[in-house]
Amino acid sequence: MAEITAAVTKQQQALKSKSKVRRFLRQWDLQLMVIPALLLIFVFSYIPMYGVLTAFQDYNIFKGFLDSPWVGFKHFEMFFHAPEFERVMRNTIIISVLKLAIGFPAPIVLALMLNEVKNMYFKRFVQTVSYLPHFLSWVIVSGFAMSILSVENGSLNMLLQSLNLIKEPISFLSIPEYFWTIIVTTGVWKEIGFSSIVYLAAIAGIDPSMYEAASIDGASRFKQIYVITIPTIMPVVIIFMILAIGNLLSAGFEDLLLLGVNPILRDVSDVLDTYVYRTGITGQRFSYATAVGLFKAIISVGLLAFANLLARRTGNSLW
Amino acid sequence: MRIKSSFSDRSLTVFVYICLAVIAFVSFYPFWNAAVVSFNKGMDTALGGVTFWPRAFTLENYEIVFQDKRIINGFYISVMRTVIGTVASILFTAIFAYGMTKKELIGRKFYMIACIVTLYFSGGIIPTFLLIRGLGMMDNFLVFIIPGLISVWNMIIFRTFFMGLPQGLEESAQIDGCGYWATFFRIVLPLSGPVIATLTLFTAVSHWNDWFYPSLYITDEKLIPIQTMLQQILNSNIVSEQFSQLDSASQSRLSSMKSITSKSLSMATMMVATIPIIMVYPFVQKYFVKGVLVGSLKG
Repeated sequence: MAEITAAVTKQQQALKSKSKVRRFLRQWDLQLMVIPALLLIFVFSYIPMYGVLTAFQDYNIFKGFLDSPWVGFKHFEMFFHAPEFERVMRNTIIISVLKLAIGFPAPIVLALMLNEVKNMYFKRFVQTVSYLPHFLSWVIVSGFAMSILSVENGSLNMLLQSLNLIKEPISFLSIPEYFWTIIVTTGVWKEIGFSSIVYLAAIAGIDPSMYEAASIDGASRFKQIYVITIPTIMPVVIIFMILAIGNLLSAGFEDLLLLGVNPILRDVSDVLDTYVYRTGITGQRFSYATAVGLFKAIISVGLLAFANLLARRTGNSLW
Repeated sequence: MRIKSSFSDRSLTVFVYICLAVIAFVSFYPFWNAAVVSFNKGMDTALGGVTFWPRAFTLENYEIVFQDKRIINGFYISVMRTVIGTVASILFTAIFAYGMTKKELIGRKFYMIACIVTLYFSGGIIPTFLLIRGLGMMDNFLVFIIPGLISVWNMIIFRTFFMGLPQGLEESAQIDGCGYWATFFRIVLPLSGPVIATLTLFTAVSHWNDWFYPSLYITDEKLIPIQTMLQQILNSNIVSEQFSQLDSASQSRLSSMKSITSKSLSMATMMVATIPIIMVYPFVQKYFVKGVLVGSLKG
């Protein structure tokens, strides 16, 4: 009896899987919509993920990925003992943290200020102008920075000279001490407006009667921002905070590559990403650079998990 | 009833307006100044003090830029890759997204997970570089189009939008005998104007602004887009080379001007590389302010 039931279920299963194949074939026109795209995703996203294993090889251009010899953690050890290791790690951490500490709250403050503006024309004007830099490429932005900060008639030098703050023009872009300030400022300049959109949208969702009630109770506008606006947009802030922490180490690559080219600045501008670029693309040390990139990716995933853990404590988890 | 505003409220207002005016000025000044310098005689700019308005107005910087065949070619490459790349990417991503909305799609869950994973993990720059080289896409126009053809972010945004469309329309189309493809092209696509416009503009901007990947994958000067070229110009300020590109007649004419400097030339080139962005900007703004993107990101 048991055997018969088993045989029957088996037959049913076979029928089921057969009908699944048949169902799959019958919806070929639907599958045709997604399968080519999935193949592209496979080729351009999954093959490189697999290619990360190059980090454990001595990649040889002529042998290719399949025939290159395996060397274990050699490249990781080389990186940890490299003379650049300390400098690269220090710059990566400092620049990332500075960007997060200043670049993250800046758009929130801008959104709070825009919300206080009652004149719609002025508000629209500030928004239009401050969103614009987001749409310019980093090449253009770095060109602006070079022009404004130029030692020969750069606008900043002209301004400081006319205010009698300095006597001789300063070559801002070739003095290491100024570099971090410049990088953080250009980053904020480019993204402050556009990043504020999300927070403005969150603020727009606040019930106006809360403000009315508060002002009847005699709360000043500043107090209203502090007790109504900020707490209400906090969930959005936390979600973007998590995303920002997950991206912490990727914060800025193009800007550092473009503005930090001057070899005098390498001591302060060299971060993990630029180091990967220099050793891998310029230096053709593919395995070594992949290992450094993988090291960065692992830390990033760790940071994301950590940030999410913190957020879960406050009840705003991403997943 | 209007409650009389207190002193602290008024001072807050004044403070906010001043801050925002400063932000607006700082946001716009670099752009304005670059435009002014590009319309000012180079030698005059070198004397200093050119800030808000050209002191010695001229078009000679643009004259040189527009006679530089490499810049014209770079502009052409950028336009081609932006137009072809954007149209192809939006079309294929939208088809993909529509397929992913169908509950009867076998393997839908698995496909979705495969997509989401790519948002969190990537192979990084070196393995991607090796792959592109292995595929023989170096110095090939296709490298601008194929790797970015499907955007998972855009797929998710499209998908969210499609799922919000009224079901009845699609059903009635299917009753009338439309298959998935006909329904997509006849019913869904025509209803998706706002989301297509937003994503098209964002995709186009990222195509136009891409300078880094061409610097990796393109060595052939005929295929270098304008942003990458501009980066090379800013790096080396190759004015003399730009001069050598001119035909002899205009060369002798322009060398008599002798008022061109590398700064004024790079500013003019930067303006040329920015004009398309400025042209689409008012249209982009209309859409993103409405929060199409914000809404779909929340979903």
